[in-house]
Amino acid sequence: MLESSKDSAKLDAMKRIVGMIAKGKNASELFPAVVKNVASKNIEIKKLVYVYLMRYAEEQQDLALLSISTFQRALKDPNQLIRASALRVLSSIRVPIIVPIMMLAIKEASSDLSPYVRKNAAHAIQKLYSLDPEQKEMLIEVIEKLLKDRSTLVAGSVVMAFEEVCPDRIDLIHKNYRKLCNLLVDVEEWGQVVIIHMLTRYARTQFVSPWKTDDDVVEEYNENNFYESDGEQKEKDRNVKKTYTMDPDHRLLLRNTKPLLQSRNAAVVMAVAQLYWHLAPKSEAGIVSKSLVRLLRSNREVQYIVLQNIATMSIQRKGMFEPYLKSFYVRSTDPTMIKTLKLEILTNLANEANISTLLREFQTYVKSQDKQFAAATIQAIGRCATNITEVTDTCLNGLVCLLSNRDETVVAESVVVIKKLLQTQPAHHGEIIKHMAKLLDNITVPVARASILWLIGEYCERVPKIAPDVLRKTAKSFTNEDDLVKLQILNLGAKLYLTNSKQTKLLTQYVLNLGKYDQSYDIRDRTRFIRQLIVPNEKSGALSKYAKKIFLAQKPAPLLESPFKDRDHFQLGTLSHTLNSRATGYLELSDWPDVAPDPAVRNVEVAESAKEWTAILGKTKKEKPTEKFYSESEEEEDESASTGATESESGSESEKEDKEEGSSDESSGSSSSSEESSDSESDSKESTAKKTSGAVKESNAEESKKKAKGISKNRNTSSSSDTESSSSEGSSSDSKSVSDSRSDSDSGKSGSATSSKVTTQVFVPTKTHEMLHRMTGKGLSAHYHFSRQPDMFGDHMVPVQVTVTNTTDQKIENIHIGEKKLPLGMRIHEFNPIECLEPGGSVTVSMGIDFCDSTQTASFQLCTKDDHFNVNIQPPVGELLLPVTMSEKDFKKEQGMLTGMNETSATIAVAPQNSTSLVIIEKVVKAANLGVVPSGQDNIHRFAAKTVHSGSLMLVTVELKESSTAQLIINTEKTVIGSVLLRELKPVLSQG
Amino acid sequence: MLMRCGPGCHCPSPSPSNLIPKRVTSKESCQATDGKHRQSQKMIHSLFLINCSGDIFLEKHWKSVVSQSVCDYFFEAQEKAIDVENVPPVISTPHHYLISIYRDKIFFVSVIQTEVPPLFVIEFLHRVADTFQDYFGECSETAIKDNVVIVYELLEEMLDNGFPLATESNILKELIKPPTILRSVVNSITGSSNVGDTLPTGQLSNIPWRRAGVKYTNNEAYFDVIEEIDAIIDKSGSTVFAEIQGVIDSCIKLSGMPDLSLSFMNPRLLDDVSFHPCIRFKRWESERVLSFIPPDGNFRLISYRVSSQNLVAIPVYVKHMISFKENSSSGRFDVTIGPKQNMGKTVEGVVMTVHMPKAVLNMNLTATQGSYTFDPVTKVLTWDVGKITPQKLPNLKGIVNLQSGAPKPEENPSLNIQFKIQQLAISGLKVNRLDMYGEKYKPFKGVKYITKAGKFQM
Repeated sequence: MLESSKDSAKLDAMKRIVGMIAKGKNASELFPAVVKNVASKNIEIKKLVYVYLMRYAEEQQDLALLSISTFQRALKDPNQLIRASALRVLSSIRVPIIVPIMMLAIKEASSDLSPYVRKNAAHAIQKLYSLDPEQKEMLIEVIEKLLKDRSTLVAGSVVMAFEEVCPDRIDLIHKNYRKLCNLLVDVEEWGQVVIIHMLTRYARTQFVSPWKTDDDVVEEYNENNFYESDGEQKEKDRNVKKTYTMDPDHRLLLRNTKPLLQSRNAAVVMAVAQLYWHLAPKSEAGIVSKSLVRLLRSNREVQYIVLQNIATMSIQRKGMFEPYLKSFYVRSTDPTMIKTLKLEILTNLANEANISTLLREFQTYVKSQDKQFAAATIQAIGRCATNITEVTDTCLNGLVCLLSNRDETVVAESVVVIKKLLQTQPAHHGEIIKHMAKLLDNITVPVARASILWLIGEYCERVPKIAPDVLRKTAKSFTNEDDLVKLQILNLGAKLYLTNSKQTKLLTQYVLNLGKYDQSYDIRDRTRFIRQLIVPNEKSGALSKYAKKIFLAQKPAPLLESPFKDRDHFQLGTLSHTLNSRATGYLELSDWPDVAPDPAVRNVEVAESAKEWTAILGKTKKEKPTEKFYSESEEEEDESASTGATESESGSESEKEDKEEGSSDESSGSSSSSEESSDSESDSKESTAKKTSGAVKESNAEESKKKAKGISKNRNTSSSSDTESSSSEGSSSDSKSVSDSRSDSDSGKSGSATSSKVTTQVFVPTKTHEMLHRMTGKGLSAHYHFSRQPDMFGDHMVPVQVTVTNTTDQKIENIHIGEKKLPLGMRIHEFNPIECLEPGGSVTVSMGIDFCDSTQTASFQLCTKDDHFNVNIQPPVGELLLPVTMSEKDFKKEQGMLTGMNETSATIAVAPQNSTSLVIIEKVVKAANLGVVPSGQDNIHRFAAKTVHSGSLMLVTVELKESSTAQLIINTEKTVIGSVLLRELKPVLSQG
Repeated sequence: MLMRCGPGCHCPSPSPSNLIPKRVTSKESCQATDGKHRQSQKMIHSLFLINCSGDIFLEKHWKSVVSQSVCDYFFEAQEKAIDVENVPPVISTPHHYLISIYRDKIFFVSVIQTEVPPLFVIEFLHRVADTFQDYFGECSETAIKDNVVIVYELLEEMLDNGFPLATESNILKELIKPPTILRSVVNSITGSSNVGDTLPTGQLSNIPWRRAGVKYTNNEAYFDVIEEIDAIIDKSGSTVFAEIQGVIDSCIKLSGMPDLSLSFMNPRLLDDVSFHPCIRFKRWESERVLSFIPPDGNFRLISYRVSSQNLVAIPVYVKHMISFKENSSSGRFDVTIGPKQNMGKTVEGVVMTVHMPKAVLNMNLTATQGSYTFDPVTKVLTWDVGKITPQKLPNLKGIVNLQSGAPKPEENPSLNIQFKIQQLAISGLKVNRLDMYGEKYKPFKGVKYITKAGKFQM
C-alpha cells in the first residue's frame, strides 16, 4: 500500500504501522518502504513517517541517511512549522554520522527569526549532546547565544538545555539572570519549573544567606512593602542596611516568583515553594504553605508528593503549617499512603497547645478499619508522648486501654510503643507491666511478644512474682516461638538468673539447652554467649563477675523520630527527596557562600536587556529618571503595524504591571532632563521611522513623524512613566530593541486582526490646576494635573498627579487623603501617604479617580498630621477619555453605527493660523485625550477615544471647509459627554 | 458521596495496604547504561499505558527504546499494594525511575532516567489524560486504542525529547483536529487531513492558550461557580473541620480577541486562589478583578478556597444510630437526613454511602424515600435519596446481619454524603459583572451557581 500512488492508501498504511509501533511490535522491516515517503506532500503522511523514523532510525542507520536531504531542504522552508519539525526530526534521528549536519542546523536555527524554531533548536541541543558529548563546547556557545534570547518561548527550553549540557557553567547565567527573573511570569509553565529550579541553585551560589541574621532582624522587606510608597521603602532600606541587606537581585527573584504560587500547575507551585524554602528569609517562607495546602485537593499522586515535602518542612519549621492543622485531618477514604503521610505531618505539628485536639482525632483513627493505618496512629501517639512531656501520662493510659482492643495488630503495636515509652520513663509502671504480662497469653504477634518479654526482663525486680512465671510459660512454648521471641526468652532467662537465681536457675538452664540445639545460628550463638557469661564455671572468671552489670545496665531510651528527619539534605521537590536516595543526575544544592560574589557580574550592557533592568534599578537604587520616550516609538509601531499588535500589548502587560508600583513614585524626581529627552527622542524617532518605512506607507510614516515633532515640543517633563517607556538608554539601543520586538511580533501576528486598542498617551497636558492654595492650606499647597497614563490604577480610573509643596519652614508629616465626599459610584484610588515633607520640598504622587464618565467634582479632604483641608478635583471632559488607535476604515465603520441621536455637530470658524493639519492635531490632542486616526484626506482629521469608565467610543471628526470654517462632528453613545466635549473643542480651534 | 468524580480525580476507596515506595538504591545505574548514552537524559523517556488487568496496550518512546520489561517493577509494586489506590506514584528501579498516575482505570507509567521534579511528570501525565478526555470524550482503553494514531500524534506534539512542548488544548486542536464523525466522513471523501499545516499562532504569542481567528455567530460566555463543601462531622453532630473549595469553570465562545474582566461582589471571601495562566495577576492583586483574555472553549478559570475561619453553614444534618449488639449476630441501623439552613433552596441529589465493617453479611432496611443497595462483596451501602423535603424527612432503618461468631465491630462506620444545591454558592460568593473590551459585539453572558458536597464525612 505504501507503494500506492494514492495518498489515502498510503495514509492508511502508515496508520497501521504506527498502530503496530504503539503496541510495541516490531515494524522495522518496512523501513525502506516507509522512508521513501518522507518527501510526501501530504502533511499527515509526513508526520507519521517522522514518527516511524524517530523510532527506527537508530536500527537502520544507513537507510535513515536517505531521508536526511529531505530534512535539509525542509530546514529552509518558508513555513516555520515545517522548519521546526524538520529540525525536530533531524535531531531525533540518533545516527552519529549526521552530527555535523545537526550541529550546522542547530546553529542556523538558533538565529532563526521565528522563536518557535529557536525553541526547537534549544531542544535539539540536548539531543545532540546525548548523541555526541564531544560537541559540548560548540553547544555551549549556542546555549550562550540562546540564553540571550528575549522570547519567553525560548527561555524554558534553553534553560533546560543548559541544565542538561553544562549545569556548572553558572557564569553563563549572570548576564541573563535579571532577564530570566522578569520573563518568568510569561514563560510557559513547564519552562517555569525548570527555570525556577535552576535559579534556586544559582541563587545559592551567588547570594549570602538571609538566615543568619534572621534572629535579630525580622527582615524588614516584608511583602507589603513593595506596594507602599518609595519614601517608606527608602527608609526601610536604610534600616536594613545597618544589619543585613538582601541583594536586590535576590529580592527580585523572590518577588517575581511569588505570583507563580497561584499557578494551576502543581509542579510550578512546588517549585516556587522549594525556592522560598531554600532561599527566602525564614520569616517569608511561610507564604508558601497556603498554596501547598491548596494542592492537597488535587490528585492522589500530587497529594503524595506534596505531603512528603510538607512532612520534611514541618519538621524544621513547625510554625509554617500550624494554622492549617485541620487540613491534614485524615479522611476514611484516603488511600493508606496518604493517610500515613498526613499522620506524619500531624505528629510533626503537635505541640502543647493542640495536642489535646490531636489526641482526640487520633483516637478516632485508631478505630479505623484500616489496620495498618491504626498501627501507624499508635506509633504517632507514642511520638507525641515522648515529644510533649505534659501528655505522656495521658498517652500511656490511652495506649494501655488499647491493650484490651480486640484487634491483634493494634494491641501489638501498642505494646511496642508502650515498651518504648516505659523505657523513657522508667518510673513506677509495675501495674502496666503486670497487665502486659497477662496479655502475653493472647498475643501472637512476635514483635509484641518480644517487647513484653524484654520489658519484664528489664524490670524484673519490680515484678518479682510474675517474672519467673512468665519464663515458665514461655519456656514451655519455646520451640514454637519466632526467632525474635526466642532471643528475648533467652534474655529474660539470663536476667532472672542473675537477679533471682533461686527460683529460675533450672528454668534458665532448660531454656539454654533448648537454645543450644535451635535451628537458627543466631540463637545458638546467643545461647552460648549467655551461658558462658552467667553460669559460673572455672574457665570464665573475669567476665561473669560483671554479668549483672552487663545485662542490667541502664539502657538509653530509644528516640522516637520521624522518618522524614534525614530528608532535608535533599532539595525539596526533587525525585531524590521523594525516594530519599540520590537519583542519577541530582545536583547538590550548594551552601550559601560566606561572602557574596561580585553582584556586578549580573549587570548587563545597556543594549541587551536594559528595558527590564532599569526598571529594577529604578526601584532599588533611585535612578535618574530619564525614562520616557520609548512610548513614542512603541506607539509608532502600533500605528504602523495596524494589525493591532495585541501581542506586544499582552507581552508588555505583565512587565507593565510589574513596574507600575514603582514607576508612579519615581515621578517625584523627574523634573530634569527635558532637553536631553527631546534630543534623543527625535533621534530615536528617525531611526524608528526608518525601520517602519519598509512596512508602512510613506505618508503614514511622514505623518507620524510630524506628529512626533509636534509632540516633543509640548512634551511635559513630568513622568510619563508609562511602563513601556522606562528605558534610559540612548537612541541606538532603542531602535535596536524596537526592531527586535518587531521581528518577533511580525512573525506571530499573522491572523490576529483587532481593530482598536487603547494606546499610550501622545500628549501630556502641561496645564496644572490648583487644588489647595498655600494660604488656605496653611503653607501646604497642592496642584494637580492629568497625567494621561493608561492603566495606572485599573480600567476605570483617571490618573491624576498631585504635586504637594511645603511652603512653610517646618516639616509637614503624614499627608494623606481623609474623608471623601463623592457622588454616587465615584471611587478614588488614594495615593500612598507621604510620610514627611521637608520645608520647601515638593512631592508628586499619583492617584486614580473613577469619575463615572461625568464631570462632577470629586471632593475629599487632604489631611496632614494635624490638619485637614477640603479640596476638589474637577475633570475637564477631555480627560475622561482614553485614546484609541484605529484605522480609517474602522473609524468610518464605527461612525456609521453611531449616527442619529448619537451624533452632535457644529460649524465653527477656524482661526487662520489653525488651519494646518499639524496645528489642528496638536490643539485637539492638547484639549482632550484623543488618539489620532490616520487620514487619507488632507482636510479631514479624525480622532478616536473611549470613555474611561464605560469604554464607549468617542469619535471626533474635524473637517476643514472653505473660507476658514470647519465642521466639527462628534459621534458617541454618551451624548452628554459628547456635547460637552463639542463645546470645549469649539474655542480651541477658533481661537488663535 | 465521598467524592465527586470530576475529570481530574478518581474515586478512591479505602483499603489497607502498603505504601512506601520500594527503595532500590541505584547509584551505579547510570554508568551501567551503554557508554554512548552515559550522559544524563532528562525528563520523560518513555510512556506506557497499562490497563487494570496488567496489559501494556500502548507505548511511546521519545528517546531510545526502553524495553517493556521495565514495567515488571511496576507490576511488582502493584501486586504488593493490593489496591490500585495504593500503588506508589514513584518507584525506583535499578536503571530507571517509574512515575505513574492512575486515571480512569488506566495506569500512565512514565520512565525517567534522571533527577526531575516528580510533580513535573505527574502534572504532565495528568495533562495528557486530560487531553485524551478532551479529544475522545473519555479517557478509556477503548477510546485510546481506537484513536491510536491521533494519540501518537498528540504525544509527539506534547513532548519533544521528553520536554513538554505544546500542552494547551487550544494549540493542540489547531495542530491536530479532534476526531468527529463529520470530519472523518469529509476526510475520506476529500482526502484532507487531520493535521494542521500552519503553526498555531498561539504558540508564538504571549497568549499561547488562545487560538486566533475564532468566529462564532452567537457569542456566549458562561461561568459556572461550583463550590464543594469538605467537612468532617463527629458523632455528636459538631463540625470538626469544614472548608469550601470552589472553582469557576467557564465556557467561552467569543469571537476575536476579547479581553474580559470579571468582578465579584465580595472578592475578599476568596482566601487562596489559583489561576488559569490567562489571568493577569497584578490586576487581581491590586483590584481583585479577574482580567483575562480567555482561551476558547471550556476551561477552568480559577479554583479557590474559602478560608475555614469563616463559619461554613452545613446545609444538611444527619441523625444516625448504628449499633451492634454484643454477642449477637445482628445490629440496628437508623439514619435520618434533614436539611439545615439552606437559604430556601432545595437540597437535591442526595446520596449516602457507607462502608460497613467487614463482619456485616447483609442488611435488611426500609427506606421512606429513594432506594438503597448493599453490595455484600465490597460492603458498601448506597442509599440514593434524591430530593429532601423538609416536611417528610427521608429515613432508612432496619437490621444489620452480622457474620455469626465474628466479634462485634468496634467502630461505627463513617457516612459519606453527597448532595447538590442549585443556584446557590454556599460561601455567598457572587459575580458582580463581566465586562468585555477589545471586541465590539455584545456577548450573551450567564452565570450559574452550584453547591455540592465535596469530601463530606460524618
